[in-house]
Amino acid sequence: MNTKYLNVASLLTALMFLSLFVFADDDHRWGFRGADVEPVNDAKYASECGACHFAYQPGLLPARSWKELMKSLDNHFGENAELDTAANDRITGYLTENAADNAKTWLSKRIMKSIRRAENPLRIIDLPIIAHEHDEIPARLYRDNPEVGSLSNCAACHQRADAGLYDEHTAVIPGFGNWDD
Amino acid sequence: MSNSGTNVLLIVTALATSSHVFADYAIDGLLSNYRARGAGDFSAQRGQSMWTEVRGEGHAESCAMCHTRDLTKPGKHIRTGKPIDALAPSVNPGRLTDAAKIEKWFLRNCKGTWDRECTDQEKGDFLLYIRSQ
Repeated sequence: MNTKYLNVASLLTALMFLSLFVFADDDHRWGFRGADVEPVNDAKYASECGACHFAYQPGLLPARSWKELMKSLDNHFGENAELDTAANDRITGYLTENAADNAKTWLSKRIMKSIRRAENPLRIIDLPIIAHEHDEIPARLYRDNPEVGSLSNCAACHQRADAGLYDEHTAVIPGFGNWDD
Repeated sequence: MSNSGTNVLLIVTALATSSHVFADYAIDGLLSNYRARGAGDFSAQRGQSMWTEVRGEGHAESCAMCHTRDLTKPGKHIRTGKPIDALAPSVNPGRLTDAAKIEKWFLRNCKGTWDRECTDQEKGDFLLYIRSQ
């Protein structure tokens, strides 16, 4: 074997070794990074939508999904969440301008990669990447947990969800503790 | 009086004016609208009895299920689990001070809970009940 192949082989070995550390954590992240998604920075959205549920960051869904959701607020997952036209237009604008397809952050990009162009996901928890991150958590820890209720209740466990941080190191399941697989 | 003196006086006056004045102002405006459109006398007692009534089709929900029967206590959204501040103005003075906000929530919550908009009569009854708490 000549030196050139030896060098390639040792480089590959080194890379494989490194990857053990890089991907050892199921969080798929390492080193310094900013927020997973941009935090909410629109007071109208925060007050109107955040009155009933966690104000999910716009970077958690593509613009086409937000448009669809905002068109059907009179039946919003079984609730009436109607807004007047002015408020609806303004919030739709904020959500679509900052949607996952326009966002630069890690998680927004991963979300866009995990869905097909023809897909129009409406539930954040059903996004493949988000569903995958939660699929090992038994239902008794959220559905049957009065302090959580459902996986859609992000901030019940993600202590820094408001800041757009969702890594499992900041996830604490009430009555159970830190969830770190 | 100097300009800044006037400003200070305005601020002191605003602080001294307790919020129930604003609440009364908002509610009285709504009640007179309802009456002008044909509603009769309003009753806090009727409002209280409707508070726990289930009228929607296929989903057994009442106002009390999220807002609780004791309006001085905080509530909790039955589906999302999000805490809801107490409705009673006696413990939450900001309640019932904004007519547009009141109408927005009547629209959403009546349709969501009873599958239809509330009538002017019902809304007036609810307002008197909530105000009395």
